[in-house]
Amino acid sequence: METSKEIYTQLNSPIQKQIRRRRATKKFFIHFFIILFGIIMLYPLLWMVSSSFKVPTEIFTSVSFFPTEATLDNYTTGWAGVSGVTFGRFFLNTFFIVSVAIIGNIISCSMAAYAFARLRFSFKPFLFAIMLITLMLPFHVTIIPQYIIFNQLDWVNTFYPLTLPKFFAVEGFFIFLMVQFMRGIPRELEQAAEIDGCGPIRTYWYLMLPLSLPAIVTTTIFTFIWTWNDFFSQLLYLSNINLYTVALGLRMFLDAAGQSAWGPMFAMSTLSLIPLFLVFVFFQKFLIEGITAGGVKG
Amino acid sequence: METIKNAWRKSWVGYLFLTPWILGILAFTMIPMGASLYFSFTRYDMFTSPEWIGLGNYIALFQDEKWKNSVTVTLTYVFLGVPLQLLFALTIATLLNKGIAGLRFYRAIYYVPSLFGGSVAIAILWRQIFGGSGLINNVLDYFGIQGINWISTPSTALYTLIILMIWQFGASMVIFLAGLKQVPMDLYESAKIDGAGFMKQFTSITLPLITPVVFFNLVMGIISAFQAFTPAYIVSGGTGGPLDSTLFYTLYLYQKGFTHFQMGYASAMAWILLLAISFVTALIFVSSKKWVFYQE
Repeated sequence: METSKEIYTQLNSPIQKQIRRRRATKKFFIHFFIILFGIIMLYPLLWMVSSSFKVPTEIFTSVSFFPTEATLDNYTTGWAGVSGVTFGRFFLNTFFIVSVAIIGNIISCSMAAYAFARLRFSFKPFLFAIMLITLMLPFHVTIIPQYIIFNQLDWVNTFYPLTLPKFFAVEGFFIFLMVQFMRGIPRELEQAAEIDGCGPIRTYWYLMLPLSLPAIVTTTIFTFIWTWNDFFSQLLYLSNINLYTVALGLRMFLDAAGQSAWGPMFAMSTLSLIPLFLVFVFFQKFLIEGITAGGVKG
Repeated sequence: METIKNAWRKSWVGYLFLTPWILGILAFTMIPMGASLYFSFTRYDMFTSPEWIGLGNYIALFQDEKWKNSVTVTLTYVFLGVPLQLLFALTIATLLNKGIAGLRFYRAIYYVPSLFGGSVAIAILWRQIFGGSGLINNVLDYFGIQGINWISTPSTALYTLIILMIWQFGASMVIFLAGLKQVPMDLYESAKIDGAGFMKQFTSITLPLITPVVFFNLVMGIISAFQAFTPAYIVSGGTGGPLDSTLFYTLYLYQKGFTHFQMGYASAMAWILLLAISFVTALIFVSSKKWVFYQE
């Protein structure tokens, strides 16, 4: 009893009080700064969303966040798209490309990762090194011959150039990610499977793939984001408006309507960011893990 | 003969699983790389067959004022933008790492811009914000300052793109945060007892211990900044204007290859880009022995 009373008086000594108060003020200022700076950072985004509900003249004159009278006109005008092709078509096209890319990446990258993480074969370190080097390669050194090949195959203005390569594990980052993950799976499981008569193919399918689910989710998310945000290869390979993606649709909108149509453009831009935002909301954990996977261990 | 057979018996399953990757790397990387190296020594417009001109493209490049300008623009973008982006990332990460409540929420808020930043939508937004009657000028107007059209003024256009890059510091911040978490807390405790202030603690404990993370972010940031394309294309409407002030290297390469169909010239540009990126990366790797400290 005596000691606790002693501690109590100590904790309430003027010096302690002062220290605590100083700490609290410091924390307050940190919070204040982080929130203020965060608002400045996000303001352009929030402003775009709110402007998409404003009448056109207000976008140019008002800094304010809230529209004086909210309207959905920008969305209906924007959605109508250009020359009869609506944004609905652009969204469908993008979702199609993204889905196929995801399937391709999961199958091909997990196969390569299983080989690198678990199987024995000659020249393995050499091949792994090549895989790592391709991670750093600017795609510009391959894009011109690739374009020529796809052009000769008559695949320009089809989705093949954007989807087919994904079935050949061209995105080394995902192989690397899955190799790292698979190396962490206990070997005892495979040994048990082997005793039960599982060969490498069944081990891959029934054991490694299900156990690698977190890495597969990360691959799915990043493929989604990267394909959704991709612009260069879509610009290169798609010039038929019926095949346009959301990114190309927005670009065309910008060219066709120019500065006059900021309202509909903001409306469609906002819509184009919603899928990314949903991924962010529901899979934040995987996103953060995916980003840090290379950074800290490397 | 027997050993080869043996090796094959051991290896075939591995190669079976690697088949897609091997085909992919041959068809989409190795062979195209060889082809583009060959094209870089030719004049080639895609419609007639390539004509060997030796070093002609490379010599022409170094006499091409527009090319030299695109190099300057890109180097400015890379070497001004990336360090500033990392500075912001590290500053905010350090503040967030002070054990304050709501870390996960703040981290999420700051990460959002780098998730969206590469999209066409944000580039369009940027074009409005920094335009003549855009958001920035409306804010300035509120304070009685008459702003200029930042996008169409040659001396400011590039900086709007650099600001766009800095705005996306969230991803590097997340990596910094993960690095900062690994710095042992007891080091700070003992430094406090020794009377070290905040700046002293930062420069002699935090910074040395996270140099591997700085190194990683720097290399990745530089490699991707060299290849930036979308913001310049959208903000300048594909021209690289005004007066080529936002003509990124990759944008010029795109124009040469896919609007003028000078495939040989564009291939030479691509190879110089590869050499430049490799050179800068190698330089950072070599210098890292002097400034990156790995904990044992």
